[in-house]
Amino acid sequence: MEAYISLFIKSIFIENMALSFFLGMCTFIAVSKKVETAFGLGVAVVVVQAITVPANNLLYRFVLKEGALAWAGFPDLDLGFIGLVTYIGLIAAIVQILEMALDKYVPSLYSALGIFLPLITVNCAILGGSLFMVQRDYSFGESVVFGLGSGIGWALAIVTMAGIRDRLKYADTPRGLGGMGITFITAGIMAIAFMLFSGIKL
Amino acid sequence: MSAMKVFTDPIIKNNPIAVQVLGICSTLAVTTKMEVTLVMAVSVMTVTALSNLFLSMMRKLMPSSIRLIIEMTVVATLVIIADQIIKAYMFEISKQLSVFMGLIITNCIIMGRAEAYAISNPPFRSFLDGLGNGAGYGLVLIIIASIREIIGSGKLFGITLLPAVNSGGWYQPNGLFLLAPSAFFLIGILIWIARLTVVRAED
Repeated sequence: MEAYISLFIKSIFIENMALSFFLGMCTFIAVSKKVETAFGLGVAVVVVQAITVPANNLLYRFVLKEGALAWAGFPDLDLGFIGLVTYIGLIAAIVQILEMALDKYVPSLYSALGIFLPLITVNCAILGGSLFMVQRDYSFGESVVFGLGSGIGWALAIVTMAGIRDRLKYADTPRGLGGMGITFITAGIMAIAFMLFSGIKL
Repeated sequence: MSAMKVFTDPIIKNNPIAVQVLGICSTLAVTTKMEVTLVMAVSVMTVTALSNLFLSMMRKLMPSSIRLIIEMTVVATLVIIADQIIKAYMFEISKQLSVFMGLIITNCIIMGRAEAYAISNPPFRSFLDGLGNGAGYGLVLIIIASIREIIGSGKLFGITLLPAVNSGGWYQPNGLFLLAPSAFFLIGILIWIARLTVVRAED
């Protein structure tokens, strides 16, 4: 249990997807202009991340890993090389199903999250989460915790960023630095703040 | 627009990173060492050019409802080929690139150019557009990587330029430049310079 809690904290703060691995930067910069939209996207990322990382974990451990197909009678098969195309395929399929399911059963949530879901397929934080899970060889339980934690970490970063950018609108920035430039520099300062967590040993 | 301009425009004037703000993730993550950066830049350039070429060839056959899935599959296949080649011939570098090689799939430059250009233009021009955008991306990567490697460890391509204190020299390496925040600062400043000089972007 303790190991799970420490992995959870680590994936939110110490190994923050957005600020220490730079994952999902394009959407991080593009959708952080307003707090409400940033929050909507953040929630969508948490949901998708918490579903896709464990799903890809099952796919990896029962189909793709070396010797994983022993249950089907192919003990020597190593399908690791087609990993990339299957992970992204699974992510795209899950996002599509989620979109249709929300549309049918929870229309109110769909109208809030719907526009963000297609964006998520090409968010590198999602694919990155699955690739880190494969690289670090997480068990199924760990992958659930890691998926949830890294999603929350990313959401936390984008909501904070949106809050700061809201205030930045009133700042008098030098010519040419306003908009994109100052946003990156702000993100850099936030990354320094998040680095403080890296001293914490769990 | 002439074919030459299709290629040269995205390198400086319409640079994918500084102007279109696409493909930031990998720009920031793989730029601590010049060697790794160069491999990454060449891979992205090849994948962008080839995916633009193939998608443009198929543009009249693709139904628009499943367009994204087809694009994803083409890009993912190309990335797998690139990944396997690098794993086979440059194993050390592939270790350092870790997950970022696979993340080329979700690099917005590739999907962005496919959607914005390859879908509606003939194959040869799309190929040039991909090549140009890849080169523009590579240029920014190389600028950032050279600053980070020289200031961060006093080396370039692993060759010592500024002898560091701990190996008997005089240069005190600035470790911050090897860490995440410096990449954000550098790219922010680069965008600032680009907007003041080459392009006049509206904000």
